[in-house]
Amino acid sequence: MKNLHVKLLALVLTAIGVGLITYKASVLGLPLKPKADTEVWTVQARLLVNGGNKGAKVELAIPDNPPSFIVLDEDFISTGWGLAVNEGKQRVADWAIRRAGKSSVLYYRVTLADDSRSTELWDKDVPAFPEKPVYPEPFGAAIRSILTDVREESADIASFTRELLQQLNSAVPNENVELLRSDTNSDQQWVRRIQNVLEGARIPSRILFGLKLGEAKNHAQLMPWLQVHNGDKWLSFDPKSGKPGLPNQFLLWKIGDDPTLRVNGVEKPTIQFSVTKSYREMISVANKRAENLGSKVMDYSLFNLPVQTQNVYRVLLTVPIGALLVVFLRNLIGVKTFGTFMPILIALAFRETELIWGVILFSTIVAIGLLFRFYLEKLRLLLVPRLTAVVTIVVLLLAVISVASAHLGLERGLSIALFPMVILAMTIERMSLVWEERGPSEAIMQGVGSLVVACIGYVVMTHSLVTHFLFVFPEALLLVLAMSLLMGRYTGYRLTELFRFKAALNHNRTDS
Amino acid sequence: MFASPKRLRELGVLGLNQRNADYIMRYNKRSRYPLVDDKLKTKDLAKKAGIAVPALYGVIETERQIRGFSKLVENYDQFVIKPAQGAGGDGIVVVTGRSGEFFRKANGQLMTLDFVTHYLSNILSGMHSLGGLPDCAMVEYMVQFDPVFNELSYQGVPDVRVIVFQGIPVAAMIRLPTRLSDGKANLHQGAIGVGIDLKTGATGLGVTQNRVQNFHPDTMNDTRGLIIPHWQQIMELSAQCADIVQLGYLGVDIVLDKHLGPLVLELNARPGLNVQLANDRGLLLNLKHVEKLKSLPVSVEDRVEYAQTHLVVA
Repeated sequence: MKNLHVKLLALVLTAIGVGLITYKASVLGLPLKPKADTEVWTVQARLLVNGGNKGAKVELAIPDNPPSFIVLDEDFISTGWGLAVNEGKQRVADWAIRRAGKSSVLYYRVTLADDSRSTELWDKDVPAFPEKPVYPEPFGAAIRSILTDVREESADIASFTRELLQQLNSAVPNENVELLRSDTNSDQQWVRRIQNVLEGARIPSRILFGLKLGEAKNHAQLMPWLQVHNGDKWLSFDPKSGKPGLPNQFLLWKIGDDPTLRVNGVEKPTIQFSVTKSYREMISVANKRAENLGSKVMDYSLFNLPVQTQNVYRVLLTVPIGALLVVFLRNLIGVKTFGTFMPILIALAFRETELIWGVILFSTIVAIGLLFRFYLEKLRLLLVPRLTAVVTIVVLLLAVISVASAHLGLERGLSIALFPMVILAMTIERMSLVWEERGPSEAIMQGVGSLVVACIGYVVMTHSLVTHFLFVFPEALLLVLAMSLLMGRYTGYRLTELFRFKAALNHNRTDS
Repeated sequence: MFASPKRLRELGVLGLNQRNADYIMRYNKRSRYPLVDDKLKTKDLAKKAGIAVPALYGVIETERQIRGFSKLVENYDQFVIKPAQGAGGDGIVVVTGRSGEFFRKANGQLMTLDFVTHYLSNILSGMHSLGGLPDCAMVEYMVQFDPVFNELSYQGVPDVRVIVFQGIPVAAMIRLPTRLSDGKANLHQGAIGVGIDLKTGATGLGVTQNRVQNFHPDTMNDTRGLIIPHWQQIMELSAQCADIVQLGYLGVDIVLDKHLGPLVLELNARPGLNVQLANDRGLLLNLKHVEKLKSLPVSVEDRVEYAQTHLVVA
C-alpha cells in the first residue's frame, strides 16, 4: 500500500493520543471544556465536649472512602487533644486528653466531590446466616404470617426483601403490620424491626448510616438504610419504601449498629452534622482522583509546573496547531504567505493587541516600513546594514505609535510593543523584493495572504476550547503530529490549482 | 469557478503537492541540488561534458572584486549579470550596450556604474539567492537571439524549457518575454509560455498567467505554427543535461543563439507546472508512461527517439 509506513505511524500516534485523552477524560475525569467546576461538599461533625478536669477519650466513627464520592480533604480540629485514626472494619477517630477542660470542641471535617466511578463499600465481608430468633407473642404469629405471605410472592432474596418492605410500609396495613409498626418510634428502630423480621427468614442484613448531602444544611441527621446480603453481595433498600439502591448523594458514614460516638470520662456530647456546598475546579478533583487511583499521569502533568511556566506552555502548545493550520492553508488550499511560519508569529503577537487592532497596527507598520524601504533602496545599502536600518525604523515606528496612542488614550496602541520587530522587518524586506521582482500585485497578494492566515491562526490559537484542551491534554499534539505526517504525504491538488488549471479544462472542451 | 479534481486527474494534470512528493522528492537526490542551484557549477559540468553554454566573462565573489568590474567588462558592450544561485530568473540584468558612462539595460533604461556596483553587492549579500545565503555574481555572454523569434518576442531573450524525466524529454515549451514581463522570460511575471511538439518542434497555443492565448500581446502575431530551429539538437542537449547532473526530474532551459545555436542557460530541479497548460496536456500522462517502462532506453539518441515516437499525441 502507498505510504504504508507513514499511515501506520500516524495510526500509532493517533491511538496513543486518543488513548491517553480518553483515559484522562473518563477515568480521571479531566474536563474537556474550560471553566468546568464541580460541586464539592464539606461535611462537618461538631462535638461539644464538657469535660470535668480529668482524662477523657472520645471515639467517633468516620467514613472511609465512601461510595460515589471522592474525598478531597479531611481535617481533624481538636486543640489540646491527641488524635489517632483507627483503620478497622469501621474507621474511627480516637481523641484523647489527659485533662479535659471545661468545654472543648472537636471537629471532624471532610470535603467530598461526586464520583460515580467509586461504588465499592468498605465492608465487603460475607456474613453468616443468622439464627432464627424466638419471637415473643403476639409478634411471633404476626411475623410468621407476613413471612409466609411474602415468600409466596418472591423468587429470591432481593425480591423477597422488596416484597417484605412493601408489605411492611403499605399505606393500607393489615393488622399484623400494624402490630409490628406499633412499637417503633424512630427510623432506626424501624430498620431494627425489619432486620428482626428478616432474621426469621434467615436473611443476613445490616444497617447503614449516612447523610443525604443535597443542599447545604446546619443540622443534618444520620439516616438509617437497610442492606441485605444475597450470598453474593450486599443489596441496599430504602427501609421506608422498599426501593432498591442507595439514595442519590448519600454519604455513607458508618456500617452496623455500633454507636457513632463512644466516650470515656466525659458526658456524652451531642454531634452536630452540617453540610456546606461549594464549587471547585474539576482539575483539582481529577488530581486527587489520580492520586487515589495511584495513577502517575497527573504527577507528570503540566499542572505541576510553576504558574508562570504553565502560562508559557498555554501559549506554546497552541503553536503546533497554528503550524498545522499553515500546512492546511498552504498545501491543501494553496494560500501564498511570506515565510512559512511568519503568520503564526504575527498571530501570537495578536494575542496582546487583539484582532482588529492587530490587523490595523500590522498593516500600518508594514505600509510605512515599505515606504522607508523603497527610500533606502535609493541609498544603495548593503543587505545586512539595510536590514538593520529597517529593524531600527520598525522599532521607532512601534515607539511612535505607542506614544501617540498613549496621548490619545488608546490603550490598545501600547500593546504593539510586543510585535515581533525582526519578523516585521523581514516581512518588509521580502515584500519589497517581491514588489520589485514580481510586481505590486503579487506582493500585496502575499501580504494579504499572510495577514489572513495570521487572523485565522489567531482565532484558532486563542479559542478558549483549544487552549484549554491542549493544556489539559497535551497528548493531543500527538494527533497534530499524526495529521502533519498524513498531510506531508498528500499529493492531491490544492484548491487554488483547481482554479489555476481550469484553463486546461475549458480549453480542452472548446477544442473537442 | 473551479475545475473538478476528478476531471483534472483524468487529464493527467500534475499538482504542486504531487510534483513535490512523487517526483522531486523521489527522483531528485538532495545531494545533487547544488549542481543546478549554483549556475557556476552547472556551467562547469556542462562545459566538461561538451555541452554548449554562454561564455563566462568573469565571476565576482567578494566586495573587493566589485571594484574590478569596469575592467572586467571593458572589452564587452553587451553582457548579462546573474546571481549564481538566483531562483526563478530573479536578479538577472541584461546590458545591451553602453552610452557614454552609462550601461543600457534591455528595456532601454540607463544605469550608472555606481548603480551596477550596488547591484553587484546586493547579489553578493544574497538578496536573490535561495534562502538569502551569500552568493556570487556571474558576468557572461549576452545571447544574440535567433531572428526566428523576432515576431514573437518583446525585448528579452525567449528560452526553451524542456522537462526531462529519467533522462527522457517529456514536455517542452518556449517562454516569450512580453512588455508586461519586462523582457524577462518568466511566466509568473507575464511572459507567455507556448507549447512545443516534441517530435516536430512546432509551436502551439500559448498560455499566460493561467489564461490560454494564441497570440503575442505585444507583437499581436500568432503563436502557432513556428518551427523551432535546431529542434533535434535541443532535445538531445536536454537529455544529455539529465545525465550530467543525475537528476530524475529536471527542467532544462535552452536559448537559441543566432551564431552559436542552442546554448544551455540553466537547469532547474524544481521546474514549474505551466508547461502542461502551454501544451494542453497533463504532465502525468507522460510521467506515468515512463514510470511504467520496464527498461529505459540508454543512449541519448534512443531516449529522444523514444520521446518522439511514444510521448506525443498520435
